[in-house]
Amino acid sequence: MADIIAALINQVEQAYQSQQPLEIVGGASKKFIGRQPVGEALNTAEHCGIISYEPVELVITARAGTRISELTAVLAENNQMLAFEPPCFSSSTTIGGTLACNQSGPARPWAGSIRDHVLGVRLINGRAEHLKFGGQVMKNVAGYDVSRLQAGAMGTLGVITEISLKVMPKPAAVATLVWEMPADEAIVLMSELSATAKPISAACWCQGKLYVRLSGTSSAVEATKKQWARAVKEDGDFFWQQLRDQQLAFFNRAAPLWRFSINPAAQIPRLDARSIIDWGGALRWYQGTEQQQDMEQLAGQAHGQVSLFAGGERKAEVLHSTPAPLRGIQKKLKESFDPKGILNPGRLYSWM
Amino acid sequence: MSTTKLSNTDLCQLFREFIAAEYVISDAETMRPYECDGLAMYCEMPIAVLLPETVEQLQQVLQICHRYSIPVVARGAGTGLCAGAMPDAAGVVLSLAKFDQIIAIDPQSRIAVLQPGVRNLAISEAALEHGLYYAPDPSSQIACTIGGNVAENSGGVHCLKYGLTVHNVLSVEMLTVAGELLCLGSDGLDSCGFDLLALINGSEGLLGIITQIKVKLLPIPERAQVVMAAFDSIQQAGDSVGAIIAAGMIPAGLEMMDSHAISAAEDFAQAGYPRDATALLLCEVDGTHEEVQENIERVESIFQNLGATSVKTSQSEAERALLWKGRKSAFPAIGRISPDYYCMDGTIPRGQLAYVLNKMQEMSQHYGLRVANVFHAGDGNLHPLILFDANIPGEFAKVEEFGGKILELCVEVGGCITGEHGVGAEKMRQMPVQFSALELLQFAAIKTAFDPGGTLNPGKGIPTLRWCQEYRSIELQKVANHG
Ligand SMILES: Cc1cc2nc3c(=O)[nH]c(=O)nc-3n(C[C@H](O)[C@H](O)[C@H](O)COP(=O)(O)OP(=O)(O)OC[C@H]3O[C@@H](n4cnc5c(N)ncnc54)[C@H](O)[C@@H]3O)c2cc1C
Repeated sequence: MADIIAALINQVEQAYQSQQPLEIVGGASKKFIGRQPVGEALNTAEHCGIISYEPVELVITARAGTRISELTAVLAENNQMLAFEPPCFSSSTTIGGTLACNQSGPARPWAGSIRDHVLGVRLINGRAEHLKFGGQVMKNVAGYDVSRLQAGAMGTLGVITEISLKVMPKPAAVATLVWEMPADEAIVLMSELSATAKPISAACWCQGKLYVRLSGTSSAVEATKKQWARAVKEDGDFFWQQLRDQQLAFFNRAAPLWRFSINPAAQIPRLDARSIIDWGGALRWYQGTEQQQDMEQLAGQAHGQVSLFAGGERKAEVLHSTPAPLRGIQKKLKESFDPKGILNPGRLYSWM
Repeated sequence: MSTTKLSNTDLCQLFREFIAAEYVISDAETMRPYECDGLAMYCEMPIAVLLPETVEQLQQVLQICHRYSIPVVARGAGTGLCAGAMPDAAGVVLSLAKFDQIIAIDPQSRIAVLQPGVRNLAISEAALEHGLYYAPDPSSQIACTIGGNVAENSGGVHCLKYGLTVHNVLSVEMLTVAGELLCLGSDGLDSCGFDLLALINGSEGLLGIITQIKVKLLPIPERAQVVMAAFDSIQQAGDSVGAIIAAGMIPAGLEMMDSHAISAAEDFAQAGYPRDATALLLCEVDGTHEEVQENIERVESIFQNLGATSVKTSQSEAERALLWKGRKSAFPAIGRISPDYYCMDGTIPRGQLAYVLNKMQEMSQHYGLRVANVFHAGDGNLHPLILFDANIPGEFAKVEEFGGKILELCVEVGGCITGEHGVGAEKMRQMPVQFSALELLQFAAIKTAFDPGGTLNPGKGIPTLRWCQEYRSIELQKVANHG
């Protein structure tokens, strides 16, 4: 547990003066995401520790380098959790990196993403100014929502130094039910189940099986189990953890890994049967050597976007292409935070 | 951009070339209803009020205004409470009232596609046949529009469990200040690049004009019940809120009212509120039948154990609706016991409630003005309503000063100046209380990235640095004068 804020600000200040690109590194567990990093390393992992935690207020504030494992353990003492189920691609995964990459696990469609749970951040912008946005309260509409804007920006708008998050109580009961069926039927069933007011907290199809997780009061979980009358997966928790952290055999990195974020009810016949279909249909993982353009076309037809999540050529574009007007706004927004372009340049797009 | 100045008449003539003449309003009498939003103490008359009917017309309006540097103030239903939709004297009001179509409801993916002028409640009404609804429910939901909701990132009594507008919007189409169409977000749950949706929610018409919105629909819970509990002290009611959260429950709604609000709401709605209570809690539990049964019992016993003087649980949908009616009509109800009221919107950490209410009581005595409180207790969002009479000269100035002090108190205890109503023209003075000069400068830089000429809703939301400096020197002057 340490506060190295002065050193971090100093390093950004130096970089600003000398126009030195910086590569912001947290736990280095997601170095593979985004385009290939360039620049001098700026390490946030040492800037760590929980600053405050008020279980009854449902809020925790921690320095950006705090490990997810530490947060999870402290919250568990009070029977609370990070409801967005942050993936841990390694034990060094930090909360700062999780926000910067907007990473959330299987519960996301029901519980919300890390972006949804952020209440406030402190960040160092590209002018080496340490600024505070949002706060520790649930509702705050003063000024633009700069905190949520950090989700997915991959550090290109600022070095996140501190984060306040909404936390949630752990459910009293959890159970995972299993259906055997092909992908196209599972997509339909996931939509149908999601339209019922049952306590669903995850739904994923993988290799011929649909897994649906129930979380809530024991009475609600038991009654739904009985009503749906499906086989119960005994090691359900383990399955969801492996899915979350990409440890299932599917994620063997033998070929480029594509991430589709699309309309949950959409069918992509060409890919679905060989994909993992998570988030009740809204998130699909596909591994294969494909043309980016083809993938973008399929994603577009499914009213969503695709990114090359891991593997493949990391010096080319890895995110879904951006129409010109939107590109213009994004560039200007980047300049408003980082006029000299020193924070993770090119990590999101070659042109920014 | 052109440097030639257009006369107001010529400008309106330009608009009439592509908008039906009756929808280019420029006479004072017809424009009068547009001079303010729900905060009627702030008003201004614009050059013209425009009611275009197509996105192309909107685009043309923006192009013309951009060319001649004319301020544009978007307007939904005008129910806002921060003078966000108040006109600019040198600009036009762009009403989205004609964009009131629900374009599609897709029950499979549980998405509604909406024009910005669709009323909030109309979404849930249309989704009902599919067993779905739109969760954020501002008390003004009969009238307010989804475009206004997005622009303000509005909340409602059910936002404790289901989130604010920002959590329920999937994508937005908007026009930039120059009339360029942008699509932000998608049908997926996240998008590549910067999360501009996060910026647009709560942007108060400062970054663009929202022309289409896709929102998430949720399945209607199998069952919902409200527990009403009365207490002799605010402290006990506050402790009960904490106890429910500590017990691991997130109610669908958790609202508090103080004695002034209780009796006003009871007079108005005859909801069966106990008039002698010092504080009243309404706690809604929803979910499956079994879950609701289980949690209702737990909530009732927490209230009883923490000293509730009475506990009542709704036994039918009609009873539940009636219990909520009192709370949801609290503002108009207060409007009946006082000629005017001024609604504040600060948010505080819940644990500070008793302290803040006591301080507020002291201030109330100091200023000689009554305050009624309704409170989104679950998420710490306070609505102190300062009662006054606008016909008494100088009274509103006193009220504003009192209101400002309340917001400063909220910031002091770790909260913020606005939880859901927005900054608008009204809370500009408190922005420097919550944010440093450098933070305000960062906001201004974001604004410039979208609207370099600053013609979208000028004078609202984000103070310019010059404004801050001028304001500070006026305040310093005041202090100096008062010695
Ligand atoms: C009795 C009462 C109860 C209320 N209760 C609540 C409550 O419970 N929760 C809550 O959050 N609020 C509440 N409000 C405040 C208000 O209803 C909300 O802020 C609402 O979202 C405003 O919607 P509107 O359509 O009336 O917007 P308007 O007041 O017309 O506009 C609000 C702001 O949005 C901008 N705007 C509107 N449409 C667009 C668009 N298409 N594109 C870009 N900008 C746009 C305007 O410029 C303005 O800045 C209440 C108000 C009243 C009068």
